[in-house]
Amino acid sequence: MNSTSFSKAELERYSRHLIIPEFNIKGQRRLKNAKVLVVGTGGLGSPLLLYLTAAGVGTIGILDFDVVDDSNLQRQVLFSVDDVGKPKVEAAQKRLKGLNPHVNLVVHNTMLTSENALDIIKDYDLVADGTDNFPTRYLVNDACVILGKPNVYASIFRFEGQVSVFNYKNGPHYRDLFPTPPPPGLVPSCAEGGVIGVLPGIIGSLQANEVLKILSGIGEPLSGRLFLFDALTFETRTLKVHKNPETPEIKELIDYDHFCGLNLNGESKDEEVKEITVEELKSLKDSNSDYQLIDVREEYEYEICNLEAELIPLGGILDNVEKVASDKKVIVHCRSGARSATAISQLEKKFGFDNLYNLRGGILAWADSIDTSMAKY
Amino acid sequence: MAKVIIPTPLRKFTNNTASIDANGGTIKESIISVADQFPELKKHIFEDGGEIRKFIRIYVGDEDINVLDKENTKVSSDSVISIIPAIAGGIS
Repeated sequence: MNSTSFSKAELERYSRHLIIPEFNIKGQRRLKNAKVLVVGTGGLGSPLLLYLTAAGVGTIGILDFDVVDDSNLQRQVLFSVDDVGKPKVEAAQKRLKGLNPHVNLVVHNTMLTSENALDIIKDYDLVADGTDNFPTRYLVNDACVILGKPNVYASIFRFEGQVSVFNYKNGPHYRDLFPTPPPPGLVPSCAEGGVIGVLPGIIGSLQANEVLKILSGIGEPLSGRLFLFDALTFETRTLKVHKNPETPEIKELIDYDHFCGLNLNGESKDEEVKEITVEELKSLKDSNSDYQLIDVREEYEYEICNLEAELIPLGGILDNVEKVASDKKVIVHCRSGARSATAISQLEKKFGFDNLYNLRGGILAWADSIDTSMAKY
Repeated sequence: MAKVIIPTPLRKFTNNTASIDANGGTIKESIISVADQFPELKKHIFEDGGEIRKFIRIYVGDEDINVLDKENTKVSSDSVISIIPAIAGGIS
């Protein structure tokens, strides 16, 4: 290890680390020798990648499958206007290379799956989880447990953030805290729920700090503890996390969409519902046909853009069943088509409707194909 | 009265109230006293059979009730009870 040397340029760059007595060149050397995989280059991944690169972590894996979108720029400070439309990993690599040329950046332009996770993660010392959905959370966790890698975890929702270090030196992991995911639709995703732009900056920076502590071997990592931050009240709490003797042993990776798509009644998330395309809806509108259009989004979303539909948010759809027509075609829509499918599925099951059609792709598809002047969010 | 802190995802069921005073000498009594004030909250915390849902953790102070006396864990008037849901957030 001691053979790892630094150039003059590196010594000067990292001098503020080197003069911290408990960090010094030994800590810096550990960073340089370390390999970290950052899963997700979004709100959390942005500060993570920027700080880990700036700090001089030797090898950083950047994993994402998405392209940069206008709506990312409110919080994903890694990206610029010029990056919109480009693969996130490429834009990230370019930005980070400009920040620190001494770091080896490895790009994984792919979705993390049960098929590739072990193969990708095995080459790293540590994983920082900055993903945005439950299936990938459980996948990252399980892969880290199987491979014995620490998993530095953070998650955000609106004004609230969680941080912890899982699977560190045989400490508790994500499944010890949350054995099962919530049923789909109960906790909205960030794309539905929103997030205040600076929150991932705060939480992702805390996450980066935990990564640096573990790699350099200083301080007390947040293992066996869960840190909570409420940006609205500025309340912080640090709770204990214990290993749960009832957590089943993780021996292999599973189908995580399936695992997370099952709700507590054992019903499948992606049940088939009848669909209609935005083009077909346009024809219906133009032909003055008799039909009902229902929007199951929230009121504040309706204010951003709408199709002049009747607004019945998903949470209240069953209580407002009398507003849903049963004698004509009813088209139900939301932002992307997921919530409206859930609404239809619930109405069909509970009340036996057979005249409900899901608008495929939701209002986003309408904005893409029919009315390009409409704001997407 | 014990204080129950409501996490962001569940605040839409409590008129956006972040903290609610609860009656009761145990965790279960306290949570039920809050859930009775906000019936929508109840079905998001409890299974039909009355058990606390598995994707929600309940803490008193900084300790998980699962390593204490579970739902029968005693609370005092200065206890702070936290409801901790799994959140996936982040967005890409």
